[in-house]
Amino acid sequence: MNGNTDISEKEIVLKIKDLHKSFGDNHVLNGFNLVLHQGENLVIMGKSGSGKSVMIKCLVGLMEADSGTISVMKHDITKLDREALDILRADIGFLFQGSALYDSMSVRENLEFPLRRHSKKLKKNTDTESMIIKALENVGLASAIDLMPSELSGGMQRRVALARTLILQPKIILYDEPTSGLDPITAKEIIMLMQSIQKKYNTSALIITHDVDCARVISDRMILLIDGKDYAEGTFKELSASEDPKVKAFFKHES
Amino acid sequence: MEQITSINKQLRSFFTEIGDLSFFTIRYFKEVIKPPYELKELLHQCYNMGNRSLLLVGITGFIIGLVLTLQTRPTLMEFGAVSWMPSMVGISIIREIGPIITALVCAGRIGSGIGAELGSMRVTEQIDAMEVSGTNPFKFLVVTRVLAVTLMLPLLVIFGDALALFGSFLVENVKGNVSFTLYFNQVFNSLEFGDIIPATIKTFFFGLAIGIVGCYKGYYSTKGTAGVGKAANSAVVLASLLLFIIDFIAVFVTDIFYDL
Repeated sequence: MNGNTDISEKEIVLKIKDLHKSFGDNHVLNGFNLVLHQGENLVIMGKSGSGKSVMIKCLVGLMEADSGTISVMKHDITKLDREALDILRADIGFLFQGSALYDSMSVRENLEFPLRRHSKKLKKNTDTESMIIKALENVGLASAIDLMPSELSGGMQRRVALARTLILQPKIILYDEPTSGLDPITAKEIIMLMQSIQKKYNTSALIITHDVDCARVISDRMILLIDGKDYAEGTFKELSASEDPKVKAFFKHES
Repeated sequence: MEQITSINKQLRSFFTEIGDLSFFTIRYFKEVIKPPYELKELLHQCYNMGNRSLLLVGITGFIIGLVLTLQTRPTLMEFGAVSWMPSMVGISIIREIGPIITALVCAGRIGSGIGAELGSMRVTEQIDAMEVSGTNPFKFLVVTRVLAVTLMLPLLVIFGDALALFGSFLVENVKGNVSFTLYFNQVFNSLEFGDIIPATIKTFFFGLAIGIVGCYKGYYSTKGTAGVGKAANSAVVLASLLLFIIDFIAVFVTDIFYDL
């Protein structure tokens, strides 16, 4: 099952080949493959504990894979040293499941934080204050600049985390359960925000989610992660119409 | 058989912990000399740990000085040696009681604070967020905190010692009508560099132990919020134990130098 042909002809920005990761006898990833094209929104769906978060953490070097290759913009991240990996990370945004805002820092300081390390990526005479305000305006929260994360609601925290992810203008954004723990209305707002960001910056996105509504709205293509493998691949329409019982199980509440 | 397996498991876990803690310490020494230096965060941590511990350390020191003098006075009076009180209190506070009591108070306040803070940052993925933003979280969180507590503890000990001696003076002044000048003249006349320098040097090691253990427990905290509590608690227990071991080694080494 292959999805959008226009997108599949575009440049490959991320490729995972035959990824394996085990924790003792628990084989979480068992030969997982993935390809993400420029400007594409790829959704990965899988049950809890199926290894989605492990896969995304291997992708940014937070975990070390047992075997397999992970190529991000033609760099094999398993072979990069720390310095090179840090430079590459400036092009990869990561939105964590629980937002992961630094709770001892204000919203402004949270957004400043990635800028201090990646100052080389910034143009000369770049005004960091205006970058922070612009990033917050993108998520509709410019007024929250001096608040602490504890003063924000769950949805606002997710928006600020998204602004922090965007501030370095990454080419790829990884979303780990972007709508989990949010009420349906706020979840919808976050999905719309993700869409507007994708249109504005032409980023590629890898979205891990359980949320079928989110997958339907945002995905160009989907991969179902079952038994540690890329079990099925296709558009939302193709997969939701599948007769395979394992695939059907994901969409049964939909029908 | 079951008991042997259990002992085996506990021993293995003990030695694994020692090994991991040693690697963590080695990594600290490697990272502390490597740029970039997080000076702003270091100053922030120094302020947090130093300034915010002043009251607790001050009150503890003051009470220790009062109590020590009140309890020792009757015995010294019995032997007609009450005039030795300032020397005795001065030496015992500067050499031993001041550093160890201050370090224990700081293990409770600072060590548990670091353990809980880093532990909650770990379970809420803030440390991972730092890592993916290209900042070395070990350098930003661990190196700054360990260095701050290593630098601040000697200053807190000096402050605690000063208040302990002041507390002792108050008792002597009320009960024995000893003047401020006489009391402190006697204290400083009885002290030598051999008392002050080893006592000060060991406080750096106390600070290092509190910082390393607190950071180690928090940085590798697991199992959600329960893990955070456990990290804070075990940071205090292990740091306190290490303080006594370091103190014993310091006294032992100082004794060798005295013999020379």
